[in-house]
Parts: sequence; structure tokens; C-alpha cells
Amino acid sequence: MHKSYAIGDSSLHVLKGIDLNVEEGEMVAIMGSSGSGKSTLLNIIGMLDEADSGEYILDGLPIKNLTEKKAAVYRNKFLGFIFQSFNLINYKTALENVALPLYYQGLKRKERQEKALFHLGKVSLADWAKHLPKELSGGQKQRVAIARALAANPKLLLADEPTGALDTKTSYDIMAFIQQLNDEGKTILMVTHEEDIANMCKRIVRLRDGVIMEDKKVNQVRAEQYV
Amino acid sequence: MFDIDLWREIFQSINMNRTRSLLSGFTVAFAILLFTILFGIANGLQNTFAEAFVDDANNSIFIRSGRTTKAHKGLQAGRQIQLKNEDLDYVKNDFDDKVEFITARIYKNFQVSYKGEQNNYNLRAVHPDHQFLEKTKIKEGRYINQNDLNNRTKTVVIGRLVEEDLFLKTRALGKYINLGGIQFKVIGVFTDDGGDNEERLIYMPVSTAQYLYGNNDYVDQINLTYNPEMDYDQALGFSTLLTKKLKNRFSVARSDQRAIRVRNMAEGTKAISQMTVGLTFIILVIGFGTLIAGIVGVSNIMIFIVKERTKEIGIRKALGASPKSIVSIILIESILITAIAGYVGLLIGVGVLEAVGPSLKEYFIKDPGVSNGLVIGATLTLIIAGAIAGYLPAKKASRIKPIIALRND
Repeated sequence: MHKSYAIGDSSLHVLKGIDLNVEEGEMVAIMGSSGSGKSTLLNIIGMLDEADSGEYILDGLPIKNLTEKKAAVYRNKFLGFIFQSFNLINYKTALENVALPLYYQGLKRKERQEKALFHLGKVSLADWAKHLPKELSGGQKQRVAIARALAANPKLLLADEPTGALDTKTSYDIMAFIQQLNDEGKTILMVTHEEDIANMCKRIVRLRDGVIMEDKKVNQVRAEQYV
Repeated sequence: MFDIDLWREIFQSINMNRTRSLLSGFTVAFAILLFTILFGIANGLQNTFAEAFVDDANNSIFIRSGRTTKAHKGLQAGRQIQLKNEDLDYVKNDFDDKVEFITARIYKNFQVSYKGEQNNYNLRAVHPDHQFLEKTKIKEGRYINQNDLNNRTKTVVIGRLVEEDLFLKTRALGKYINLGGIQFKVIGVFTDDGGDNEERLIYMPVSTAQYLYGNNDYVDQINLTYNPEMDYDQALGFSTLLTKKLKNRFSVARSDQRAIRVRNMAEGTKAISQMTVGLTFIILVIGFGTLIAGIVGVSNIMIFIVKERTKEIGIRKALGASPKSIVSIILIESILITAIAGYVGLLIGVGVLEAVGPSLKEYFIKDPGVSNGLVIGATLTLIIAGAIAGYLPAKKASRIKPIIALRND
């Protein structure tokens, strides 16, 4: 997979031939210093961006030349996003935020509310359903975001520095939860630059200057023990 | 197509950003307010002009005669020109297709009495067509007809105020009144929008007056209306030709301004209708100018809103929002703000016109107001305006790349 960005007149070759295969049920950490191309890779996998060349196959489905509409449908159906800065909509309650992907799936309001409440319960925030994001702590916000990512029951969970804005204790809290999701069978792909967080995954892929430097399986460190 | 959830989203968004929505709506509301008030005032001015001319048909031409001021064709200056029945017939027959109504007028003044009451009144002896020229409205009985003319009947049609003066509280119809010593039967009572003076008149058949007062065929004035299908220029051409022919008929010099006088109401009507058209045009230009300023204002604010909501739109897209749903949200929000704000402006404008309307009468503005058609038109314009204002920002929003919107900054 290749990707370049035009910067003024010159072009910056960010991904210089990435070949990566992730199996169902894996939990992969993508590491690398800034500028290594890890976020670009995640964006391409997340269909937020497209590769210049190469192919991307998701669950047997080639993702290529997507119209905006089709990309929206695929994102909604196959992918769940977790961001460093949570990216909750600030004027919507926790429940409404979780229900949003279900709205775009075309579910009825009642069904949406029920499902969203169920997922909020899974991240043990059912009591906070009617609260606005600003009334929640960082850890709670990220849990709402995870509930939202899970709401549409995606095949693949993409996390971009999910613990980047959290303190260590809360980070481990969140990681414990993500590990639990993985145990339940969700495939998880996360970008991080923290070694301890990466070691909580089952596989670490290290990027440098747009190529894979190292790709190894690791012994997962369970986060629960730190909580 | 009606999607309750979409509306819920939009109302939530408007509600969460009340100040912003209010501000963007304000320009439009103000534009419509101005437009409504200006339009109402223009309508008021038009009403005033219309009323000023409601007394007489505005396609009237009056012909009068006087003394010659110039010697012509061997005739001396100072000769009295007298209009007669035959002149009326001449005009009627010669300009058959151009004349709509035509009547003679003889002016008299009489002491009129009924039982103990008496008063002085102006009298006009006329043809039946006079009713339409003067826009006389019959309240009771009938107007003078051809039969009265043929038989020179001693009948009169009296004004509402004449009846009030002479008959006090009783009805005049069918009674006999004394006009300068002769008994006349009242066959009709009329009203006239031209004011009290017009309602203190008495009409009588022209033939009766000619027979009783001098036994001649003289008339003081000929009034006619031209075919209303003629435009102003044709009407002016007609009166010019009429003047020329009449001057020829009476051997009056062409430059003699006093012997034959033809006055065409079209001259005044044309000036006024041109002024009204001009006024309406100016107001439309100002109104639409303000409206466009309003649209640009809303559009600007919508662009700002899109910029402010870039991140939110990015999130929505990442969660699976189609470009269409993003366009709908922004577009409908824009239309909604514009339409509601505009309507508020319209209501305030109409309210202001209703409130201050009566006190503007002394400034020549009568019954200012806007028609229902204009209100409906303005509403439609507002919806279209909202769509125009929202379209570019909405398009811009739908093109937002989630990757850029979600960049951690």
C-alpha cells in the first residue's frame, strides 16, 4: 500500500509499501514516532482516506473507489472509531451520542434508545445517559465513545491513541475494557506511542518512515492487574 | 420524505445555538420588516391617488367653449362660441369608435322648495350617460333615461343631501319639488364618492332644461369618456384631433386657446400612474436589495456555522452520515431560520402598518397594507432565499473530509 501527500509543489511519500494482514479477533498495536505514517495507515483502514496504490480488503470485501455515500455506509456498518480527543458531540447527551451511528443505520427511535442504553450499560455508564459530555470525566467520555463505537456492532474497532488524553490509571481502566472487548471476539486495531499500552495488545507493528520495521506477537499484559 | 428524526436533529442544533440562530435570523427579519413597511406605504400612496380620482371616470374629456381671442377667417375676435346639441351629435358620430359615454351639461342654479323647507341648489341638465361619467350611484329610484329625454319630462334626480335638507326624515322618491316655480317629480336619489358638494346636486334631462329655460338647443359643456382600451398616447392623440376638428368646425384659429377648451384627464392620470409605477419599482429594488443583503448575511453565518461545526460534521461522517444527510441538515436549518425570521419580520411589518396606518392619512398615505398575494409570495421567496443561503455552505459541509475534521488540534 502506498500513499503520498502533496505539500506545495513537492509530494511527501508517507506510506512506502505497507503489507499488513490482520486476522479476526486480533488486537494489534501500531507504533511509531510521529511522521512514521501510523495515523495515515489507520485513516486508510478507517476509510477516511484512500491509498494511492495497493489494495485494501476488509472481511473479503475490496474497499476501492468508494463514493462518499458508499464509504459512509461501510464506515457505519463495519467500523467503530475511538479517538484520542473522544470526539463526542458536545450538545448531545451521552445517550444521544451513542445512538447517533444507529440513527445513520436507519433504526427507529425507540430501538435506538434501547440499544444505546444497553451499550452505555456495558461501559457501566447507564446512570449517566442524560448527561452532556462536559459533565463527564475524561475516562467517562472515552467510555461513552467506546459505547458509541460498539453501538453499530462493527467488525473492526479502530482506536487512535485512545489513552492519549487520559492519566495512567484511567488509561489502564480503558485498556482493561478494550481487552475485555477483544476477549469477546472483537478485532481491534490501535495506534499508540506508549510502550505499556502497546504491550497490552497481542501484536505490535512498528512503523518507521512509512515501512514496517518490526511485526511481532507479544505476550499480552492484562490491564486489570493495575486497576 | 418527512423524517421526524431529521427535524429533531435540526431543532436540537438550532436550540443549542440560540444566539447564533437569532443573529442570523435578525438580518432577514429586518429586511422583510423594511420591505413590508415600504410596500405598505407605497400601497397607501397609491390608495390616496386612486381616491383623488374616484369622483370622475379617469378617462374623461371635457369640452367647453368661450370667446375667441383671435380673428380668423374674416371673423372678429371676441366672438362667443356656443356649443349646441348638434355639436354633441357631431362628436358622437364622428368619433364613434373612440367615444365610450357622452353627455351634455347645462348648469343652472335654483331656489328649490318642498313644503316649508327651501334652499339654493346647483342643477345639471344632462344625458343618461352622465351617470357613468360622474360615477353617480343610485340609492333609490332610477337615473334619467332616454324616455325622459324624448318626452322632456319634468323629472329630477336629487343628491342624498338634498333629500336630507328638504325632506328631513321623510323619503323624497315620488314627491314633487318646486324648482324656480315649476313642479318636478323626484324619480331618484343618488350618492357620490366625490364629497358633500357632489351630493348637493340635482340632475334633470337636458331636453327638459333646454325647453323650459330659453327654448334653445344650447349646452354649456360636453363631457365624454374615451374608449378605455386606448392607451394614454392614443387618448392624448384623440383629444388633440378632437380639438383640431372642433376649432375647424367653429372657424376658430388653431392657436386660440380660449374659444374651444378640451381637457383630457389622461394627462394627469398618465403622470400619476407613471409615478406609481416608478414608486413601486423603487420600492421593489430597495426591498429586494435588503432581502439579498439578508440572504448574504444568512449565507455568511451558515458558512461560519459550517466552519464551527466542521468537527461535528467530521464525527457524523465517521459514524456513517451520508453527504446527503449533511446537506439536508444544513440546508433545512438555513431554510428554517430564514423562513421563521422572515415571517416574524412580515408579521411585525404588518402589525406596524396596522398600528400607525390611520395616523398617516394626513401624509397622503391611506390604508397602507400588503395584499395576501404579496404575503404568500414573500413566504415562498423566503424559503427559496433560505435554500440559496444554505446551499453553498451545505455543499461545503458535505465535502468536509472527516480525516481533516478529526485531526487532533
